[in-house]
Amino acid sequence: MPSLGADMDAGTLAEWSVKPGDRVSKGDIVAVVETDKGAIEVECFDEGIVDTLLVEPGTRVPVGTAMAMLRSPEEDSAAAPPAPAAAEPARAEPEALPQIPEAAPAEPAAAPPEVPPVAERPQPEGPSVPKEEAGIRAVPGARKLAAEAGVELRDVRGTGEEGSITRADVERHLAARKPREVPPAKADPAVDRQAAMRRAIAAAMAKANREIPHYYLSDNIDVTETLRWLEARNAEKPLRERVLAGVLFLKAVAMAAKRVPEVNGFWKDDHFEPSAAVHAGAAIALRQGGLVAPAIRDADRLTIDELMQKLADLIGRTRRGGLRSSELSDATITVTSLGDLGVETVWGVIYPPQVALVGFGAPVERPWIHEGELAIRKVVTVTLAADHRASDGLRGAKFLQLVKRYLARPEHLEETEGTT
Amino acid sequence: MTREEIRKAFETALGEIAPEIDLSTIDPARSFREQAEIDSFDNLNLLIRLHELTGVEIPESDYDQIQTLDGLIDYVKSRVTSDGN
Repeated sequence: MPSLGADMDAGTLAEWSVKPGDRVSKGDIVAVVETDKGAIEVECFDEGIVDTLLVEPGTRVPVGTAMAMLRSPEEDSAAAPPAPAAAEPARAEPEALPQIPEAAPAEPAAAPPEVPPVAERPQPEGPSVPKEEAGIRAVPGARKLAAEAGVELRDVRGTGEEGSITRADVERHLAARKPREVPPAKADPAVDRQAAMRRAIAAAMAKANREIPHYYLSDNIDVTETLRWLEARNAEKPLRERVLAGVLFLKAVAMAAKRVPEVNGFWKDDHFEPSAAVHAGAAIALRQGGLVAPAIRDADRLTIDELMQKLADLIGRTRRGGLRSSELSDATITVTSLGDLGVETVWGVIYPPQVALVGFGAPVERPWIHEGELAIRKVVTVTLAADHRASDGLRGAKFLQLVKRYLARPEHLEETEGTT
Repeated sequence: MTREEIRKAFETALGEIAPEIDLSTIDPARSFREQAEIDSFDNLNLLIRLHELTGVEIPESDYDQIQTLDGLIDYVKSRVTSDGN
């Protein structure tokens, strides 16, 4: 069960999209999982042949549970034991799933205010790791995975140096183990999901405010010409091809993030991992309450029209279901536009493990000095909430300056890479 | 198209975007986007659907005329009539 963000601790398998014997490649949809964020299509992280399905549809399992086994095509002839795989703790060490580290931050919904260190933290549904396990030889990666998955190290057979337990040993143990069932969700699914999403947001945001030393910067951008440009552009197009101002904001942020890597990436395991690609998370509110911020991959490289299409597609799938697992975990920076109801300034909370969130308010008419004269101009307030562990104010300021520069000259936004 | 038909078309379009909103609770003289919490994306979808139902395409430059339900109905009515629909 993949972790689809820092705020998820379990999911319910809705259906399998594959069966034993099917050949799967990286990125293929292998299952549909019901989560707090709706029905999510789970993509495979590896290639091979589906060997065994370990989890029955309808079962709710914690993040980190092995859901299926894959075998490599070569193993087909040799009768080697299948490699555990599918949507979780599987594979050999360095390439372990990108989602695994996120399983640790996924606080149980009912976490006590004082959270013990990761390795000793009792899992919500699993047995706790007793103190004496500290004496068992295990590599840190194995210890961490075991703690996350609620496995007792003394139950795992070590095959590493002097019998120490490796991450692969824990993975083998997990794959062999029957999936633990988490009590299924109760009565009214709509109410339950809303409550679950509220708890998930609570867990992620509490973690953000507890662990991330935010700093905030803001700037005002005269977007009069930009909006005029957009209106003229839209006037020539049919309704279905119109572009919203929010798309220009997304594009400007993505282009700026490309040039200021300190705000684009993840804070993981006590260090910053910058991302070479810019995957912009677009905060999308749900009418029934709650929000999801799925990623638009390589947003800096898309044209404005492509970006609008992607956003429309994402908003549609966010609201009626059908998001993909990668879309929930890939975002490297989040953008939120809250101007629709007239809000002028957004002071954001960063979505861990990301390190920055950019907020836009409503473009409002203000008295403004334009070319040396007092004029009425449309001005938008942009804010940056950034993680002080990953960047300092000067780099944050540079980032906002770039956003401003790109937005003030919309012709730049038509470019498909942050080259100016 | 009568005012009532346009109102019905709007109700249909709104129902697809914000099914929980009861149109009878919307004050026709105040901004419906504010009352129904319609964001810019939903607003665009609403106008696309309304275009399909009435044949009237509303340019962005006229958005200030369609802030209220009354204004929107007036606007669409004048367009369908002048277009001879």
